Amino acid sequence: MNASSNPFSPAAYELKKQRGMKIAHWTTGAIAVALLLPVAWLLWMITVRAWPALSWDYITTDVRSMGAEGGIWGPLIGTFYLTLMCLIIVAPIGVLAGIYINEYAPDNALTRSIMVAVTSLAGVPSIVHALFGLGAFVATMHMKTGMLTAAMTLSVMTLPVIITSTKEALSAVPKNFREACWNLGASKWQTIRTIVLPNSFGGILTGVILVIARAAGETAPIMFLGAVLWVPIAKSGAERLAPYGINDQFMALSNHLNLICKDIPGMSDQMMFGSAFILLVLILSINGAASVVRSRLRRRKRW
Amino acid sequence: MPAHLEFLDLTVRYGKKKALDEITMSAARNTVLAIVGPANSGKSTLLKTINRTIDFITIAKVEGEVRISGEEVRSMPNVYALRRRIGMVFPLPVGLPLSVYDNVAYAPRRQGIHDKAQLDEIVERCLRDSVLWDEVKDRLDLLGTRLSGGQQQRLTLARALSLDPEILCLDEFSIAIDPVTTMKIEEVLTRLKEKMTIVLVTNLTQQARRMGDKVAFINDSQLVEWGDTNQMFNAPVKEITGRYLNGEFG
Repeated sequence: MNASSNPFSPAAYELKKQRGMKIAHWTTGAIAVALLLPVAWLLWMITVRAWPALSWDYITTDVRSMGAEGGIWGPLIGTFYLTLMCLIIVAPIGVLAGIYINEYAPDNALTRSIMVAVTSLAGVPSIVHALFGLGAFVATMHMKTGMLTAAMTLSVMTLPVIITSTKEALSAVPKNFREACWNLGASKWQTIRTIVLPNSFGGILTGVILVIARAAGETAPIMFLGAVLWVPIAKSGAERLAPYGINDQFMALSNHLNLICKDIPGMSDQMMFGSAFILLVLILSINGAASVVRSRLRRRKRW
Repeated sequence: MPAHLEFLDLTVRYGKKKALDEITMSAARNTVLAIVGPANSGKSTLLKTINRTIDFITIAKVEGEVRISGEEVRSMPNVYALRRRIGMVFPLPVGLPLSVYDNVAYAPRRQGIHDKAQLDEIVERCLRDSVLWDEVKDRLDLLGTRLSGGQQQRLTLARALSLDPEILCLDEFSIAIDPVTTMKIEEVLTRLKEKMTIVLVTNLTQQARRMGDKVAFINDSQLVEWGDTNQMFNAPVKEITGRYLNGEFG
């Protein structure tokens, strides 16, 4: 029996369709794999060049000779406190605003304009946020440039992200649950506290963690507001762990990297890529933490 | 003696559309008022006016009165206290994302009851009354959302009973429940009637006949007529009522 007389052999149309499917499969697959290339290349390049500098000493030693020697302790601890302060300011405000918008606000023109404002704020370039911070906090409110004003500027910048992610997490909890509680005589707040928040906590937390990563990596909003290339740091004692006052100028990793690459001539590769490596690892591990939280929560989904 | 539950010229509008048009009827204490009518005729809206969950629908506008023991519900200062007096079961089964036990204990706990023995007693009694106890007694820590649709429906009923309501509103409670269990629940309701007044919205006219002391027929937002069950089924005033109750349209 030859192939053409086999009643189960595919028709020409069917063959064409199968070819089309194969082409689509391989093209999309190739593009997806190609996406990995720049990431892998970037990580490889940075790691290789940073390698000679990397050691425990590099992390714990002070910046010397404007970054040409020594380590990155000052910028690293600066980034830590800056991010922490930003988190303390923005997380409560953002989460509470998200709760209000999703749970309490009536669907009217005011609420819609608040959401438009939030979305627009999210689209403002970070350098504009920097100028806003300088104008609002320093020029108008007469605060000093320093860690607090820098953290406040970062907070304004990240606020819409937290509001939006909180709102999304809350609205993923079905409305039926709220109605069932209201029918039992529970108040709105009781319903939010006992049913809505426990079941949206993971989503809210993920948003907060991603905001930390964003705040840790930003340069523009802080460079006008007190982030500098070098400040002296205590050599020992508690002040080594908390070297900056809230109104002091400070060092931060992102700004450090920006300045040593741009402004200091004759900087060695290993010092530049060393701080890039540390910043990258810091942010990737924060993002990694967010993924872990998310996947854990997906596993214990309750409906 | 005033009626336990009264509707007086109750009109509800959703925007321009009338969902209920000048409904006037009442239910005496410890009776069952069965409400029948085609889909979308305003039955569920009527229930929402009793515990004022209609307030959550921002476009809804309520005129007229709903009275409980003579007191107008919208003049009551504490809406949460009102809702706790009324057990409400809507047709869509909702297990809260809590354990079966915590589902039933939810409302009592919000009321400040935290004594374990007291809660145990409430949970068992309500689950028995909703004919769910035998199926879940060995796994009270199972998530309510993991139960089958019919079980979640009975869980909703158990939650509604957890505060000893004086009025129990059931909106097509048997929609996801098998006939045998439905009959068992009907027996329980007949017993519960000694403690509470029951408003039973149903699509099953035979259920209205079995359970109702009074039957009301709502069609197209209007109360066509209402009266004693026997009279409604055997000698309705309006022709359309007889046709609906005998399953000739709907």
